[in-house]
This record gives sequence, structure tokens and C-alpha cells, in this order.
Amino acid sequence: MTGTAVPPITPRGEEARYYERLRAHEVTYQGCADCDSVIFPLRTVCPGCGSESLEDRVSSGRGSIHSFTTQHRAGHPLLADRVPYTLVLVDLDEGFRVMADLPGVDPESVAVGQSVEAWFDDIDERLTVLRFRRAGEDS
Amino acid sequence: MSIRGTAAIVGAAQVDTFRTEGRSPVGLMAVSVTRALADAGLTLADVDGVFTSSSYYAFPSLTLSEYLGIHPRFVDTTAIGGASFVAHLGHAAAAIQAGLCEVAVVAYGSTQRSDAGKLVSMAESSPYEAPYGLIHPIGAFGMVANRHMAQYGTTSEQLAELAVAARAWSLLTDDAPYPAPLTIDEVVSSPVIASPLHKLDCCLVTDGGGAVVLVSAERARDLRSDPVYLLGTGEAQNHRNFSQMPDLTSTEASRSSARALEMAGVTLGEIDTVHVYDAFTISLLVLLEDLGFCAKGEGGAFVEGGRVAPGGELALNTNGAGLSHVHPGMLGMFLIIEAVQQLRGAAGRRQVPDARLSLVHGMGLTLAAHATAVLSNQPPA
Repeated sequence: MTGTAVPPITPRGEEARYYERLRAHEVTYQGCADCDSVIFPLRTVCPGCGSESLEDRVSSGRGSIHSFTTQHRAGHPLLADRVPYTLVLVDLDEGFRVMADLPGVDPESVAVGQSVEAWFDDIDERLTVLRFRRAGEDS
Repeated sequence: MSIRGTAAIVGAAQVDTFRTEGRSPVGLMAVSVTRALADAGLTLADVDGVFTSSSYYAFPSLTLSEYLGIHPRFVDTTAIGGASFVAHLGHAAAAIQAGLCEVAVVAYGSTQRSDAGKLVSMAESSPYEAPYGLIHPIGAFGMVANRHMAQYGTTSEQLAELAVAARAWSLLTDDAPYPAPLTIDEVVSSPVIASPLHKLDCCLVTDGGGAVVLVSAERARDLRSDPVYLLGTGEAQNHRNFSQMPDLTSTEASRSSARALEMAGVTLGEIDTVHVYDAFTISLLVLLEDLGFCAKGEGGAFVEGGRVAPGGELALNTNGAGLSHVHPGMLGMFLIIEAVQQLRGAAGRRQVPDARLSLVHGMGLTLAAHATAVLSNQPPA
């Protein structure tokens, strides 16, 4: 456990299930049994066809940087001692996009298209947060 | 059946557009409403429709109506961020046409600057995004800018052109909050807040209240102000969470504006003044592309050389808009009011000669929601 503080969240229902799976170090997305849509964030109905027949799938955690920004101001008081920090939108290989961060990188070295892989930050006894590192780098 | 030209703006007012002296957000709304009504030659007793949205009040039509002592029979608090008020124009016209109200006020008020620059918002946080500390909205727009740069080669200097042009327009107002010109160098050497965006790529944080009054086109002809007709409106949207924006560099503005222009029966080339939501230089650039002023990806080259500055080819954001004049959390209302000023020929040193047609484009959240209106001082043909 890193003990890193993060802004509080209140996940409910399928959101809570996503975080339960993160706790087991799995990134969960969904596939629709009726129309093959890839779905993220988790839903109760398919936005492609309205089906309720959705199945949870586990992502490889591998993807590429769709875009990024390095913030020189904190987005929350709990993150004040981390600035500057770099946030990323990652296109996962399975075809969905997540927001996360890329801790500890040199901001100048980050570029659109770089390969990244997921890692799991166990914040405390209950919460695990998804983060990324560049493929082949240590986090 | 269409609402084309069926309603007109007959009153408009804005107050305390940089810093208020002792007025609350609803206080700013209220005084804007009574002044806009006075502008129209109407009174509070005439109002039976209230349209508003707020970052302060969960039930803003109730808050405003109680404050004003009015009892509207039709209200609409459609909340799509800064685009809300442009959307309200179309909703008000539809309500008037349907006989649900006769005198509609659209109102907004905010004390964003007096609140020490902290963005006030009642918005819920996303459990998928909140842990990472993205600053809404600049962090998202930094990502839009980096993507646009990677895809199209857009530069910080090209983005800065928009801030420089906005400042030049604002200097033609009588209440420019920053009364000195800006250079591209000054913009790109201002501190980076969320890469690649600098402080001077961001809109101002101001206070301000604004309101407009709409009635039917028939009734408008009997009132004291020259009517500004609502010829067309269009809306479109495609996400709530920024991470789920389908394409970071293109938006539904293309659809909302096409809908508005089609309803109005006019083409982009006929528009005399253009008022486009400018929360950041990059958001304005993307919207100019999507509205069709240039091809996708060519916005950077399009805005070079002062093309959207005073004296340029395109009369864009003629009072300096959000980047250099007023941005109290949500801008849409103030874009409408500036268009009304231009169409009334009341825009002073910044008046675009013989302006007859204006396009107003409101954007909400992170390029998520869009509402476009086409306004004219000529009744529909």
C-alpha cells in the first residue's frame, strides 16, 4: 500500500463493481452479448442496442496514450504536493478509453501514441486506483 | 411547424461584468432581469416564463422567481453548462409559440470572481475520473490541445493569436477589464497551467449578471426596442465525462450549427458577426473548425495574421468575449447580449457596419454540449 491520498469517490452499483475488480488488480470493461459492443464505463444497458445482456471482461491493461496534460496546479488539495503531475487518456487495446495518470514521469518525455501498461495502486485497505506506466519502464 | 422567426429578443441587459459590488448571484440575475424588462418597456408583472441555469442554485427558477416576487406559469432550467442560455432561446420561442407563456426572461448571474477565482460548481464528480485530480475544465482542454497539436501540428503561437485578437476587440469596449494590448510572446511566456495551455490561453474569471426578454414576433413590433428575431436554433451533445468524448478534436458543434442555419435558411457566408464560446484558445479553435469557418485541422493557420482580430476577415467575439471581457463561470448569455448589441447598431467603436445577421454558438462543459442560434434585426422573409 502506497498510502497516497486521493480525492474521495462514492462509487455505486456497477461503479462499485468496477472498483471491487480493481481491488483484485483487474481492469473491467463489458461486452454486449447481443451486438458485440465494447462498453466502458460499466453500464446496466448497452448504449449500442439497449440489451441488458452484458458480460464483464478483463482488459490486458495495455494501450497507448490518446492524449495527456501536465498540470502545474493541483486539482484537489490532497494532491498539492504532487504537482506537476501528468494525466493521460489511454486507449486500451480492447477498444475503450480511460482517464488515469502517469506518475513519476518527466513531463517533457510524454507524447501522444506512446505505449503504456496498467498498474494498480493499493491506496488503503479498501481502495485501489488504476495508474499507468510507459511500457518497459518501472513505475 | 417551425419556430423560425416566431420570437424576438426585445430586451437585454448585463451588469457588473467584471466585479460586483455587493450583489449575490441571484441578485445579479434579478437586476439584469428588471433592466432587460425596462429595455423592452415591460415590467415584472408581464413575465410569465422563466428560463435559467446556475452553478449556485439547484432549483434556480424557484430561487429567481421568489427573489423577484413573480409567479411564472412556464419554467425551464435546462442545464448544459455554458451553452444553456443559447438553448433556452429556442425553448422560450417554442413555449411562446405553443402558448405556454407570452413574456419569457432568460437570466444568469454569478459571483465567480468575488468567490476568489475558485470555480463554483454543484457538479457531481465521476468515480472514474475524480481520483486523478484533473482540474475542470483546463486539464481536459490541455488534453484537447495536445491531441490537436499531435494530429494537426497546431502550435501554441497559433492558439495565442486568439487571445491577442480577443484583447484587441475588448479594447474597443468602454469597460475593458485589461486595458492594454497583448502580444503572442506574452501569451506563450505566461505560466503553463495545464500543458500546453498557459494562463493567457484561459478565459477571464469574472462576476456578472445578464438577461434577455423574448416575446412573439407580433408582440415585438409594438414594443419600444428594435426586435432581434430568432431565426434558427440547433442543439447537439455527445458526452458528460471528458474521458468518453468520442473525438477530442471534433465536436457536435457542426450538427447544432447546421441545424440552426438550416432552420434560419441562411448560410455561414451571410453571417455578419460571430459569437463563439471561448473558454480557452483551443476550445475556440476547435469550434471555429467545427462551425465550418475552415477545414478540420486547419484552425491554426486560419487564425494566423489577425484574421479574427478587429479589421480582419471575420468579426468574431466583438467585445473580447470570455478570453478578454467577461466570463462568470458560464458565458453563453453574454454572447447573446453582444450579438443583440451588434444587431441594434449599439456596439459603439466595435460596431460591425450594417450587421444584419449574427451567429451565436454556446458550448457546455468540455465541448460536450452545443447550442447555436441565428439572430437577425430583419424579420424573416
